Amino acid sequence: MARAKPALEHARSTVGIRWITTVGKFARRKPLGAMGAVIVGAMLVMAVFAERIAPYGYDDSIRGARMKAPSAAHWLGTDNLSRDMWSRIVYGARVSISVGFLTVTLAVLAAAAIGVSSAYFGGAWDLIVQRVVDAWLSFPYLIIILSVMAVLGPGLLNVVLSLALLLAATNSRVIRGATLTAMQQTYVEAARAMGCGHARIIVRHLLPNVTATIIILATIGLGAVILAESALSFLGFGVPPPHPSWGGMLSGSGRTYMLRAPWMAIWPGAAISLAVFGFNMLGDALRDVLDPRLRGS
Amino acid sequence: MLKRYVAKRLLVAIPSLLIASLIVFTLPRLIPGDAVQLMLSEKAYARDLAELRAKLGLDRPLYVQYVDWLGHVARGDLGESLWTRRPVLEEIGQRLPVTLTLAAFALTFALVIALPVGVLSAARQDTPADFVARSAAILGLSVPGFWLATLLIVLPAIWWGWRPVSEFVEFQADPAGYLRQMLLPALILGIAASAALMRLTRGMLLEVLRQDYVRTAWAKGLAERAIVLKHGLRNAIIPVVTLLGTQLPQIIGGTVVIETVFGLPGMSRFLFDAINQRDYPVIQGVNLLVVSTVVLVNLAVDALYAVLDPRIRY
Repeated sequence: MARAKPALEHARSTVGIRWITTVGKFARRKPLGAMGAVIVGAMLVMAVFAERIAPYGYDDSIRGARMKAPSAAHWLGTDNLSRDMWSRIVYGARVSISVGFLTVTLAVLAAAAIGVSSAYFGGAWDLIVQRVVDAWLSFPYLIIILSVMAVLGPGLLNVVLSLALLLAATNSRVIRGATLTAMQQTYVEAARAMGCGHARIIVRHLLPNVTATIIILATIGLGAVILAESALSFLGFGVPPPHPSWGGMLSGSGRTYMLRAPWMAIWPGAAISLAVFGFNMLGDALRDVLDPRLRGS
Repeated sequence: MLKRYVAKRLLVAIPSLLIASLIVFTLPRLIPGDAVQLMLSEKAYARDLAELRAKLGLDRPLYVQYVDWLGHVARGDLGESLWTRRPVLEEIGQRLPVTLTLAAFALTFALVIALPVGVLSAARQDTPADFVARSAAILGLSVPGFWLATLLIVLPAIWWGWRPVSEFVEFQADPAGYLRQMLLPALILGIAASAALMRLTRGMLLEVLRQDYVRTAWAKGLAERAIVLKHGLRNAIIPVVTLLGTQLPQIIGGTVVIETVFGLPGMSRFLFDAINQRDYPVIQGVNLLVVSTVVLVNLAVDALYAVLDPRIRY
């Protein structure tokens, strides 16, 4: 036992060093990707520790601070209801990150189920599913989301559902393609020859081989989802006020007072752009490292 | 051969279009709240809801309404707007030129920006110019159009006191003014599309420039311009044309926001208002038109391959 402990510690430190080396290598090979990872990390910290980072609550009205320009007291200024813009931006990260991660998780699960089953079972099932996906993809994304949002009504969960519905259709096409490629491999043929059932072939042989594709789609999808959520909030179909969402902050009072208090319109948009930029950079770099065949997708 | 290919593709597109028509028809009917209720509450006097529903044909079973609607669509009749009581086709016809001009300008801007930058970025791979172009492309994909629009209105107003004209200029009144007012919104739409096109142009060109025949061209002593543009770009352009086709729905989707921000009376804004007013025939009509256009444009893009690459035969 006495010997086992240092061996375990040694193993742990080796794993730690290997991990740091991998991250270091990634940062050297893909500096833009590393920059994206830092931005994404900062967004995550803001979203999780919003209460500790933001100096004020997202709906706190500060006496005598209506539409104040950025200063030491209020880094990003205040809005028409005397609320601190920096605090609202920090809390806004929570909405964007929640919508992003929930949507992508839901979309990827649905896309994997549709894409893998469509490729694996083929036949009539594949034909029907693919025609529905075709029809769904012919709609301009904002138009179909607006129609779905009009059905579901505004709210965080409905934004997630409508965006996931659209992303799932797009992603299922790519996952179907990756599964079809994996199915050509001899190990699938071997598994079949050994008498493996459908569930075993899908779970043990196909899914692990399309995981890289799924991870890449998820990372790239996060940026797109945050952008789409902001557009929905801008059009008034997003998270209802007073909850701060970056897109919502840009519409309404943000636009009404944009000439008198430009910071009300500038900072929320900068936050959206920075977050999406971070996810896109990271997604691009991950795609190049994990699966260069997807370049350009 | 091409004719047979187009006919075959049209046949494949029919089920997709039928499914799309079903989505187009069903979706607005799932919107909570009833157009009839909304219409009556607008008027001060009370009316019999059932009577109005029967008059508008909304009391029949859904499948009967669908088949009836599809029959009318096949004859070129998209119905009447529940609000203005005018034919939907006529309403769309009035607004379509605005959206089409916007989309055409946006596609032109996208190509004018994307092709030279993509080519330069590939020809000067891993140089500072390439790095700047790639970062700018990702930035272009990351910046929301409505924010860019806001900045382009706010910043010139603050710096130079310049404000864009807020009143819409009709084409008949002042053709030059009509086109001028489209430039800024189209540029904003074009920037996002150009980012995706530029990335693909660069990626495809880089792949082509590594081919043996390009090395042969270098060995023959051809000028760089001829190698990159004649031997490289011509062979790299097909996926770019495909993407150009898939950018159309993105651009039309983007017009919803841009027409709202710039107050342009286009088709997308008309649809946005119709969704808020639950004007079923308008929602169905506009969506069906958009989806059919997208399907036909993709078909045209496929047919264009043969023109761009003589090796492709259908």
